[in-house]
Amino acid sequence: MNTLAIGLDRTAVELRMYSREKEAVFFSFLFPVLLLSLFSVIFSGQFADGDGTMTAGRYFLPGMIAAGVLLTSFQTMALSVATERDDGTLKRLRATPMPATSYFLGKVGLVAVSAILQLALLLVLAWALYDVPMPTEGRRWLLLAAVFGLGLVGGTVLGIAYSSLSTARSIGAVVIGPMLVLQFISGVYIGWDSVPGWLQQVAALFPLKWIAQGMRAVFYPDDMAALEMAGVWESDRVLLVLAAWAVGGLVLCVTTFRWYKRGTV
Amino acid sequence: MTTAIRIRGLTKTYGTHRAVDDLDLDVHEGEVFAFLGPNGAGKTTVVEILEGFRTRDAGEVSVLGTDPHRAPRAWRDRIGIVLQSTGGLDLLTPREILRSTSRAYSTPRDVEEVIVATGLTEKADARISGLSGGQRRRLDVALGIVGRPELLFLDEPTTGFDPQARRDFWDLIRGLAGGGTTILLTTHYLDEAEHLADRVGVIAAGRLLALDTPAALGGRQSQEATVSWEEGGVRHTVRTAEPTAEVARLAARFPGEVPELTVTRPSLEDTYLGLIAPHVSDATEEVLA
Repeated sequence: MNTLAIGLDRTAVELRMYSREKEAVFFSFLFPVLLLSLFSVIFSGQFADGDGTMTAGRYFLPGMIAAGVLLTSFQTMALSVATERDDGTLKRLRATPMPATSYFLGKVGLVAVSAILQLALLLVLAWALYDVPMPTEGRRWLLLAAVFGLGLVGGTVLGIAYSSLSTARSIGAVVIGPMLVLQFISGVYIGWDSVPGWLQQVAALFPLKWIAQGMRAVFYPDDMAALEMAGVWESDRVLLVLAAWAVGGLVLCVTTFRWYKRGTV
Repeated sequence: MTTAIRIRGLTKTYGTHRAVDDLDLDVHEGEVFAFLGPNGAGKTTVVEILEGFRTRDAGEVSVLGTDPHRAPRAWRDRIGIVLQSTGGLDLLTPREILRSTSRAYSTPRDVEEVIVATGLTEKADARISGLSGGQRRRLDVALGIVGRPELLFLDEPTTGFDPQARRDFWDLIRGLAGGGTTILLTTHYLDEAEHLADRVGVIAAGRLLALDTPAALGGRQSQEATVSWEEGGVRHTVRTAEPTAEVARLAARFPGEVPELTVTRPSLEDTYLGLIAPHVSDATEEVLA
């Protein structure tokens, strides 16, 4: 069997494991969906007196999509790879003739399938229940695909690299804590324009802010760009920053990856 | 006879501790070889160097004609590994992981056959997290043999088994050996080495202390045997270098069966304990440290 065929088989195995892990399904897959529903209901009053172009659902959708991208890629990878390293799954795989590439293809497949399903769920929910208008121009859908794709690639490789920082026992806290802070300061749970300027600067050092900004450019009316740091959407810069994160993450991932638990070789 | 594993001058040091100390060994093709030794003796270190998981400090190692440290993927296609530690895979079933694993090999065994051979039929579709220790270990073995390896490594395969599970396991290993698979196993169970191995290497403090067939290990064959029987309600015992002659004399003296007759040689356990005695305190300290 070749690398790609084994990679596809690994994807099937990964999806099976993921779907059987209830905590993972809830906290990375359903969480953004649940929060979008909650926020759309809770904050609907605050958007009632506008002209109707901006609703709570439309306001929070880009942030939730962005958070979902990092939850399904970065968080899922960091947690699963750290666990697999410590419980010997990686060593076991290393003992077989399975190509290393196939293992990573399986991970990429898992992230791609779960993230696309999550995005579809978020869009259908926003459109059907919360009347969020879907983009009508092709360029907006293209931007969505580019930001989503680059965000996923970066999140996946960074998550795999990040898994080496900790052990299975503490990886949960090491991942979920910083992720939560990042979501608060990157315009996911709190509107980006409500985040203080200096915190926006901090958030700009990490990819989540850029994914959220790209998603706002997709779903917000164009006059909302005035609320951005630069006063415009900066779509090119968003893609450039995300591409840089993806490349840097890949280098980090390849140079730091370990198949064995620390102190066992 | 072709050599499956060739080790010359193998040395591995952790800090100041010599885990493997100038080890030489040949394991022949088709042989079942057992490393016997106390905890901390260096068994797992040697085996993991042979498996390509650990680096060595000095010496030459050849496994199926290849240096495991530089082995290509094609080499892994020919070996099977049952690691000492067992874990992970909780969310899958034995059939799922066996199917997936078999796909990485060029000439895998039939998954259903492997499930039957390892006695996992009833649990084939149950979550692995729910398997008992013995079932879990049999799954490890199933994963080790599903690729139809020429050489199988078994690192303490039956630790924690109940006696019946151990007997079943031995049958399985003997079946594989009968099919021509070369097997290198480590164990600290003497009866396991005695039942399974063609040759036994006793290892302690990283050195090979004795190397022979289980029957001949440490000069067991040449040592005096003990002939024992009951006569008039009293147990009689004679230590002799000629037990056959002693039994013949007894047979002539008693009209029928000699009551409670036994002929024993020093057990493998006696021989083994004698061999490792000088090293055992060292090994224990290392484990504690």
